[in-house]
Amino acid sequence: MSTLRALGSIVINSVERLGRASMFLYEVITGSWELLRRFYLVVQQVYAVGVLTLLIILVSGLFVGMVLGLQGYNTLVKFGSANSLGLLVALSLVRELGPVVTALLFAGRAGSALTAEIGLMKATEQLAGMEMMAVNPVTRVIAPRFLGGVIAMPLLAALFSAIGVLGGHLVGVGLLGVDAGAFWSQMQNGVDYRDDILNGVIKSVVFGVVVSWIAVFEGYDAVPTSEGVASATNRTVVYSSLAVLGLDFILTALTLGDV
Amino acid sequence: MMNRKSLEVWVGLFVAAGILALGMLAFKVGNLTTADVVDGYRVRANFDNVGGLKVKAAVTMAGVRVGRVTGIGFDNNKYQAVVTMDIDGKFKIIPEDSSASILTSGLLGDQYIGLEPGGSELYLKDGDVIRTTQSALVLEKLVGQVIFDRANEPGSVK
Repeated sequence: MSTLRALGSIVINSVERLGRASMFLYEVITGSWELLRRFYLVVQQVYAVGVLTLLIILVSGLFVGMVLGLQGYNTLVKFGSANSLGLLVALSLVRELGPVVTALLFAGRAGSALTAEIGLMKATEQLAGMEMMAVNPVTRVIAPRFLGGVIAMPLLAALFSAIGVLGGHLVGVGLLGVDAGAFWSQMQNGVDYRDDILNGVIKSVVFGVVVSWIAVFEGYDAVPTSEGVASATNRTVVYSSLAVLGLDFILTALTLGDV
Repeated sequence: MMNRKSLEVWVGLFVAAGILALGMLAFKVGNLTTADVVDGYRVRANFDNVGGLKVKAAVTMAGVRVGRVTGIGFDNNKYQAVVTMDIDGKFKIIPEDSSASILTSGLLGDQYIGLEPGGSELYLKDGDVIRTTQSALVLEKLVGQVIFDRANEPGSVK
């Protein structure tokens, strides 16, 4: 009986939390319109979540591309089609690795910082203080961070894919001696801008919305103590990563299904 | 926090770099430049068998890309495949008695349509049909034919 009750309470709690998170998202999105007049708040957050995440994105993108080049070459050369290396590197990066790895790094680097910042603001009653001064903390604090994440994520994913392709080129053409012309022409023949690149962009926008949403909600919903902020930060990273991987499967199945 | 001006410069740089990366993906990695046929005209051709031809495959003449396949349908009366293709407006003087065949680039490459020019003084225009066509080579049929021929050779084991 008690296990049954525990199960029931888990389900009720998670549905309630999901409901609160959805209402919160609605509030954030409707609050975002007012930010058009004070866009500098968003610019500040694009700096905090975008520019400061740039280094880790560029370094990982370069190395992921280089590893793909090495690994792909060793497999392709067995079938005598090492010339398709560019296609392999570009498709894996643009369709899957770019958006997914960027979103995972983004959740770890920027999402956790967002949650910790907002949670601490709540714990030190800065948010309550704003409300006392008739400033809506959702439009003043939450919405700029959410929008900053949504804007930064697709740009980061594009940079990741682009530098990854260059990394693959570096290893494939520079180190392993694949013909540069074949590398690029096979890539251009095989990568379709609508089916592949636009899909990658759509994916990264969806991931940006989801990761930013989870991060700001966990911060806003954190128990206002040090432990509460710590576990909220932890939850942000775990939930965002799981959501990104799960959604990636759904989005890939949806877009590849009709090809 | 740093002052407003340098922050804005950094964000501007970041956004510009991101858009540049997207542009590179679209133009250098993807086929945004080559995929679109500019002010083209549409012709049709019926094939007995299109094999593995796909929409967006290239249409070439003497190996040069002159257009792309925009649709593959089925003719219910003739039991034939109807391939529609867009030819680039730059190539306006393709004789109307040209022939179209489905070829394969390399041993395992993609299939594409090759046009052979005919001798007519009249040129293909929008809505025309290419009459002389040659189907795709289906490997299974070819292998079957070779085996069949060998079996019929005199002196073969009965």
